[in-house]
Amino acid sequence: MELMKHSKVFALAAVLALVAGCGSTGNTEEVADEVTEEVVAEEVLSSDGAVAEAADSAAAAEAEANAASDAILPAINTIYFDFDKSNIRSEFYDVLNGHAAYLMANPSAKVKLEGHTDERGTPEYNLALGERRGNSVQRYLSLQGVDASQLEVVSYGEERPAVRGQSSQAYSKNRRVEFNY
Amino acid sequence: MINARHLITTSLLALVLLLSSLAQADLIIRITKGNDQAIPVALVPFMWKGKGSLNEDVAGVISANLARTGLFRALPREDLISLPTKAEEVVYRDWRLLKVNYLVVGSIEALEGKNIRIRYELFDINRQESLLSESVAGNLDNLRNRAHFISDRIYERLTGQKGIFSTRIAYITSVQKGNTMDYTYRLHVADADGQKSRTILTSKQPLLSPSWSPDAKKLAYVSFETGRQAIFVQELATGKRYQLTNFKGLNGSPAWSPDGKKIAMTLSRDGNAEIYIYHLDDRRLTRVTHHYAIDTEPSWSPDGKSLIFTSGRSGGPQVYRINLLSGEESRLSFEGNYNARPRYSPDGREIFMVHRGSGGGLFSIAALNMDTGRMRILSTSPLDESPSVAPNGAMVIYALMIGEKGVLGVVSTDGRIQYELPAANGNVREPAWSPYLN
Repeated sequence: MELMKHSKVFALAAVLALVAGCGSTGNTEEVADEVTEEVVAEEVLSSDGAVAEAADSAAAAEAEANAASDAILPAINTIYFDFDKSNIRSEFYDVLNGHAAYLMANPSAKVKLEGHTDERGTPEYNLALGERRGNSVQRYLSLQGVDASQLEVVSYGEERPAVRGQSSQAYSKNRRVEFNY
Repeated sequence: MINARHLITTSLLALVLLLSSLAQADLIIRITKGNDQAIPVALVPFMWKGKGSLNEDVAGVISANLARTGLFRALPREDLISLPTKAEEVVYRDWRLLKVNYLVVGSIEALEGKNIRIRYELFDINRQESLLSESVAGNLDNLRNRAHFISDRIYERLTGQKGIFSTRIAYITSVQKGNTMDYTYRLHVADADGQKSRTILTSKQPLLSPSWSPDAKKLAYVSFETGRQAIFVQELATGKRYQLTNFKGLNGSPAWSPDGKKIAMTLSRDGNAEIYIYHLDDRRLTRVTHHYAIDTEPSWSPDGKSLIFTSGRSGGPQVYRINLLSGEESRLSFEGNYNARPRYSPDGREIFMVHRGSGGGLFSIAALNMDTGRMRILSTSPLDESPSVAPNGAMVIYALMIGEKGVLGVVSTDGRIQYELPAANGNVREPAWSPYLN
């Protein structure tokens, strides 16, 4: 399990490196920095006992669900992000795997990946950040084998909060990508 | 001189006639920080030489305008010991006793139909001389506009700087129905004092980032009405609008170039948030930035030769500049861990932005001095954003939160005065100060 999780981290890092390489014509040193930063962030989360445990139990439930059918739409359709970050937290890999399985089992299904941020920071930067979150999910699903034509990213930035209020709890609920089938 | 003035008067008049449909939801001014050093002035109520009463207190509007700059303090009306309306009635000694530096008196004469003529005079009490004596044409329906025009004349005579009382502000309001996802967004244009607002566009989907054309006749903005982001351009006089962009992904941050021929914007059509320039004459699109990090929120330098923008390339948002001729890029902001949405002062010497210090905490409006590299914090509420600079560089308007309600704030660029412009209902956001209208 631990090994699998790490292999996914590196797979994600590899994708990020690939995407970063494509998009950049400039400083390769900064590209390297970015990838390192993403991996470090993932590892910190992986080494957190509570998070790992939650992921394990979610994985167990997921495995059961898989045995029943891949054709059932996963119950969880929102994943959450850290402030100013667009990397996928390891606790949500299983949620994403469930959606990947569903989309592959239902090639005619299409999903809108709606990226959102909390209200802090500037509206336009947040629109770009929300898109980046949507893109992270899109890349992850593509890597699992989901066809690109089934996925569309739309960012709402800070315009459509899920929860009102200015507590850190409200903010953490607003930094999200929603699956809208 | 008289011809030139008539020309200005007529063009303003034409503009006012076009802006005749007015909304009810004006913004209300609440001054939150005053200036102890403000220069005392007295505005005597202008005498109305006509029937009935006027729907605007012209001297009162001028007085409030001058006070809002933070440079002047108007003598309360109850402290006026005499009410002169022309030069012959002014006794300098009386005004010296009241410790007033400047005095404005005037009268409004009824002409044929709804036409009127305002005569006013500005006096320097200490030097015992008249500084300005003018006659301004108008009508009963544009008294407020005429008061703004006279305020501009007085302000310029006293400070040597052009006034911004006749300029406008564009902003977005959103009203949520109960706790549902049913929102109504509106794009408004109002006078600089928040009055005479009118709705330019209503949508159930988000609207943001209004940007004025340099001639102040059009607005570019972002609308989600198609289910995705798109940039639209709308003519204010006619309401005519068209969709400028419809690219896959982001279509955001429109910024009109100083020559009015180009719009800088953020697109992610090539896979990532990058800055592009859209050439309005031949619809050509040129890509400006090339970086895998977020590049967004472009703004033109006053000479149109470079763009400043927000980039996440250092790991968090910081302000950068790119020279459009050489392509040379440089990082401008270093202090703090969040610096975004930069806007140049009209003289190019300062850059206003959203700033958060290294220790985290408040998102403030700050000014970065381009000569010294020093950052000055101008606002102090927790979630300030969207700074937009007045065309004379004296004030910055921005969005802030009071509790869970968005309101507009204005701060003088010297930090000495601050006031808020809340709307009667709904959240107010995304202010954009217009260029001069003439």
